[in-house]
Amino acid sequence: MEWSCSVDHKKLGLMYIGCGMVFFLVGGLEAAFMRLQLARAQSEFIDPETFNQLFTMHGTTMVFLVGMPVLLGFGNYLIPLMIGARDMAFPRLNAFGFWLFIFGGLLLYFSYLGADGLYGAGVAPDVGWFAYAPLTSRTFSRGNPTDYWILGIMISGFGSMTTAINLIATLLCMRCPGMTLMRMPMLAWMMLVVGFLVLVAIPVLTAAQAMLLFDRQLGAHFFDPEVGGSAVLWQHLFWFFGHPEVYILILPAFGFVSEIMPVFSRKVIFGYPLMVAATVGIGFISLGVWAHHMFVVGLGPVLDSFFTAATFLISVPTGIKIFNWLGTMWGGRLRFDTPMLFVTGFVAMFIIGGLTGIMLATVPLDWQLSDSYFVVGHFHYVLFGGTIFGIFGAIFYWFPKATGRMLNEHLGKWTFWLLIIGFTLTFMPMHVSGALGMPRRIYTYEADRGFEIWNLISSIGVPIQGLGVLIFLWNVVRSLRKGEIAGDDPWDAWTLEWGTSSPPPEWNFDRIPTVTSARPLWDRKNPEDADAHYG
Amino acid sequence: MTSLPVKHGRPSAAPSRGRVGMALLIFMESVFFSGFIVTYLFYIGRSAFGPQPREVLELGPVLLNSVCLLSSSVSVWLAVRALRRGSVVLFRVWMGVTVLLGLEFLIGTGLEWRGLIVEHGLTMRTNVFGSNFYALVGFHAFHVCVGLLLLGGSLVLSLTGRIDPARDAERVDVVTWYWHFVDVVWILVFTVVYILGRSATEIIS
Repeated sequence: MEWSCSVDHKKLGLMYIGCGMVFFLVGGLEAAFMRLQLARAQSEFIDPETFNQLFTMHGTTMVFLVGMPVLLGFGNYLIPLMIGARDMAFPRLNAFGFWLFIFGGLLLYFSYLGADGLYGAGVAPDVGWFAYAPLTSRTFSRGNPTDYWILGIMISGFGSMTTAINLIATLLCMRCPGMTLMRMPMLAWMMLVVGFLVLVAIPVLTAAQAMLLFDRQLGAHFFDPEVGGSAVLWQHLFWFFGHPEVYILILPAFGFVSEIMPVFSRKVIFGYPLMVAATVGIGFISLGVWAHHMFVVGLGPVLDSFFTAATFLISVPTGIKIFNWLGTMWGGRLRFDTPMLFVTGFVAMFIIGGLTGIMLATVPLDWQLSDSYFVVGHFHYVLFGGTIFGIFGAIFYWFPKATGRMLNEHLGKWTFWLLIIGFTLTFMPMHVSGALGMPRRIYTYEADRGFEIWNLISSIGVPIQGLGVLIFLWNVVRSLRKGEIAGDDPWDAWTLEWGTSSPPPEWNFDRIPTVTSARPLWDRKNPEDADAHYG
Repeated sequence: MTSLPVKHGRPSAAPSRGRVGMALLIFMESVFFSGFIVTYLFYIGRSAFGPQPREVLELGPVLLNSVCLLSSSVSVWLAVRALRRGSVVLFRVWMGVTVLLGLEFLIGTGLEWRGLIVEHGLTMRTNVFGSNFYALVGFHAFHVCVGLLLLGGSLVLSLTGRIDPARDAERVDVVTWYWHFVDVVWILVFTVVYILGRSATEIIS
């Protein structure tokens, strides 16, 4: 009761993260079923209709019900603490956004019980997470699973938009005295840019989904090629949302890395102003790259070249970040506790995902590899090896702050190594099977194409990752009851959230702090060598 | 070692939360409308059959509606000015005028739609023009309704004596930003639907 009525940003943040992790288990289970089916050729474990629902729900869940809420949840929990505020700018709006997200997620999953499709009741959406027209028209998508997809995502999207407004307003209006923009923690900068990206991207998806709903329910013709509508327009609108969305999902993880890495390297972050500039740069450029998802549509040489160039361009600010992280570690006194393991793993995996991204941005290669397992491998390196590793690092890093107890370090290392080994086994071979020509989203394949061994390896990685996640869950349960007491500042960190008790009181700070540099706790601990002295 | 002076950040002259929040909401809504406006522009001249914009859209009534809606921006500004100067009575008068002008716009839109549906048989399912027209103009009208609820709400609050000029003038001002936004969107919608959309003659197939 106390939690369900709460408008406290910390409780809401934890509920966001908790519910997101529940959906993570659901989405992971869906993926496990798919890998089980694909482990050998011509398997009949899952029928094609169910398989279509599995990959649609897996993708939709992981993007909208795991990535977004967990990252926004971290923003919710951390941003007021990091900038020395007592709550978000609009606490009640915050609770409203959270409950919209929950409702949207439940509505989407209710389709498993309540939606009627071609083959009777209990049909989940099966049109893929990007729901291309005209597959979504009433002709091809009978019944109402697609409408559940539209409404569920639309409603949780409203939640994301209110949270984005809240985050930006908090960052602009609620900073404590002395907390100038250029003294904000890097995560705060990332969240500011993410907030704006949400406000630019999600409304376009909402508009496109409204049009699709009109098509399906009122007989409009937006995406109906038979009477002058355009299926390509849906792709443009969807990816205008979809590509910034990728950066919405990765920038907060960049923020986690930028917070964790300096603390465990015992060095100030390398090139703070450049990091800020690179973040803002990524934000702007990410709005102009969407059609690299659409090269096989045949947009013509001019547009193809433009979007290739823009996509190459975005690797410049991203590369700046990677070099700045390496510069942060360079010559530092590195401590490889679990959070640091995860963020270094993040950097390694993200580089691989970034490089295959550059390959896919090259039109001739993309024509060959588009919609193959190569693409699946690529974006799992970015979103799993990137975002999810970042999230795990963040959970291990901030768990002591939120609960007052440490997560077990030994179990944490097991989780990390199982995850990274299982992850590599699952997703590295996908590049090969994709290059051999295996299309994504097929429910089975012939035996003589050379796909078997790569698919088998991919599937073997799944139980290894599953074991890592189970150990993590056990770690959380165990540490909540009898984990080591953390104290206010277990990592000897520098940002404001470590300056208050663990867990923080409802009002966050007994006295609103005043800061004089980007590392207020360093200044407090080392008054003789404070950052503030160096301007 | 501390020869450098300590630099203190300026004591934060933070902007008001309400204003920033409303500005962000308007930003978000603008993106939402951009989606529909771009789609409308994309589909101009692509309706292969059925009523065409040139044949069915009449400028006269729409111009009257537009004048009413745009002048309501002025009256709502006068209402806030009155409140700032402490005159609740004048505030009620101007806010009442604003609400009436907004209602006229909605009624005018309703009459226009009635004509289109009954006389010309244009609905959302007729052709691509119909789909776009009702979606774009309809979403704008929906936003006018929301704005009217907000303004009407502040009028009711003032009539029941719960608006204190000293305390609430800034709040009401923030609410009126939304109304101005709805007006600006109408200028765009008008341009796209009634000027650009009507002037296209060729049918691109």
